[in-house]
Amino acid sequence: MAEKTYERRPTITKNLDKFFTGLADAFAFVKRFFQEIWFPPYEFKEILRQCYEIGYRSLPLISLTGFIVGIVFTNQSRPSLSEFGATSWLPSLISVAVVRAMGPLVTALIAAGKVGSSIGAEISSMKVTEQIDAMEVSAINPYKYLVVTRVIATTLMLPILVMYTDFLALMGSYINVSQNELVSMSTFFVQVFEAISFLDIFSSIIKSLFFGFTIGIVSCYKGYNSTKGTEGVGKAANASVVMSMFLIFIEELLSLQIVNAIRNG
Amino acid sequence: MMEKIAEMKGLTKSFGDLKVLQGVDLDLYKGENLVVLGKSGSGKSVLIKILVGLLKKDEGSVMVMGKEISELKLKELNALRLKIGFSFQNSALYDSMTVRENMEFPLVRNVKNLTRKEIDTKIEGLLDSVGLPQSINQMPSELSGGQKKRIGIARTLILNPQIMLYDEPTAGLDPITCVEINTLITQVREEYNTSSIVITHDLTCAKATGDRVAVLLDGQFKAVGEFSEVFENATDERIKSFYDYNFIQ
Ligand SMILES: Nc1ncnc2c1ncn2[C@@H]1O[C@H](COP(=O)(O)OP(=O)(O)OP(=O)(O)O)[C@@H](O)[C@H]1O
Ligand SMILES: [Mg+2]
Repeated sequence: MAEKTYERRPTITKNLDKFFTGLADAFAFVKRFFQEIWFPPYEFKEILRQCYEIGYRSLPLISLTGFIVGIVFTNQSRPSLSEFGATSWLPSLISVAVVRAMGPLVTALIAAGKVGSSIGAEISSMKVTEQIDAMEVSAINPYKYLVVTRVIATTLMLPILVMYTDFLALMGSYINVSQNELVSMSTFFVQVFEAISFLDIFSSIIKSLFFGFTIGIVSCYKGYNSTKGTEGVGKAANASVVMSMFLIFIEELLSLQIVNAIRNG
Repeated sequence: MMEKIAEMKGLTKSFGDLKVLQGVDLDLYKGENLVVLGKSGSGKSVLIKILVGLLKKDEGSVMVMGKEISELKLKELNALRLKIGFSFQNSALYDSMTVRENMEFPLVRNVKNLTRKEIDTKIEGLLDSVGLPQSINQMPSELSGGQKKRIGIARTLILNPQIMLYDEPTAGLDPITCVEINTLITQVREEYNTSSIVITHDLTCAKATGDRVAVLLDGQFKAVGEFSEVFENATDERIKSFYDYNFIQ
């Protein structure tokens, strides 16, 4: 009977209902992470394996992208600077742009695509084929084994990947600068490090931790709550990427506001 | 009368508007093999999932080994689950792990302080008894359907369960493999002294493995008893047709 009245309600309130139950669900999912992370079993082996997987999966693409972003960005910035005869500022400009924004953002977006989709697909296919149920009936906590380990792994790995991307982007930039402006490597990197402050590096690491956490938790959530059937697997993978990317941009905006406030305050 | 190891009374379960179970009463006695028959979608899988707490019942009572499932805390439920082996309809092997890791996974997480040797002996012994010792290092994707079923059964046996729940152990297998699985189920009961519920569509399997059969129709058990009782005295057309369909002369 309860269902019948539910059926008769207008679509808009039904969708609103769905939205808020979804939100509450997601919130409970995140909350559970912070409840379960403190208690054994800690599954260190699985965390390590996941860290390795994440690095291994995203390294080739991140290396390539980081390097190319460095070259292209340097090349594109040169004309504007040379109008003022200020091409000697290139290293500082690139350094600030890469460390503050491009490194973390590019890395996070690539990781969302590569890692997020594979986590979403993997967990939802485990759900569909009842592997998660199988864990539950043998008294193993699937949330702990699957979700907590993966979220820890993405959270820890992202800052490392970001630093790696930063480095490669700066290398790419150096190659371009050294060819055009004949600057030595040491001069280039002295300028690079003079341009950035401790706050830049620190906030970039904190931001990356949040990006990593977001990718992990969103993908696990989408996988864990996927609908039945093989179609659900594709949807979960897709939704993991879209949702992660969306949240990453929001977080980027927020962090911009916060860091600016700190810098000026 | 024999001792009851599991007992369901007035059990109901719906998904939205879909009423799946509508007042199920069923007893499982210690040491017996009970076969549950019913057509696809009748709620057989739902029934045994409620029995291990994977799904929540709506109404009625479900007692397993003297404990009401819905009232247990997670810790108690997990302790009880260790005594129940659940063989999934599609085997549910962990496909990122080898056969050995699949079997080791529940074992090392639930039984502390085992030596490498004890673990290996146990795994090898069980693989021997399901007839697949050579598959120990294979991945699930390299196994056939029948082999997966057997590994799935071996995996559930590793914790020495007292109750075994088989969800369609022979579905989708050729007749010869079916006979092998049926023999395995009977053998498991004798060797490990389990009480079991076997879900199937397959009357040959039912006849071979079951002490009693129960037919699930319209969300209730319409006939429960020995094989001959249920089918020879069947008044319900659908039970008769179930029989005729399976044994076309
Ligand atoms: N988690 C669920 N959510 C919604 N509906 C479900 C769920 N699980 C089962 N059902 C529905 O309950 C009904 C019974 O499902 P169940 O899997 O128990 O059938 P079955 O008797 O095991 O069939 P089969 O022989 O094909 O395995 C089906 O109509 C199914 O759609
Ligand atoms: Mg079923």
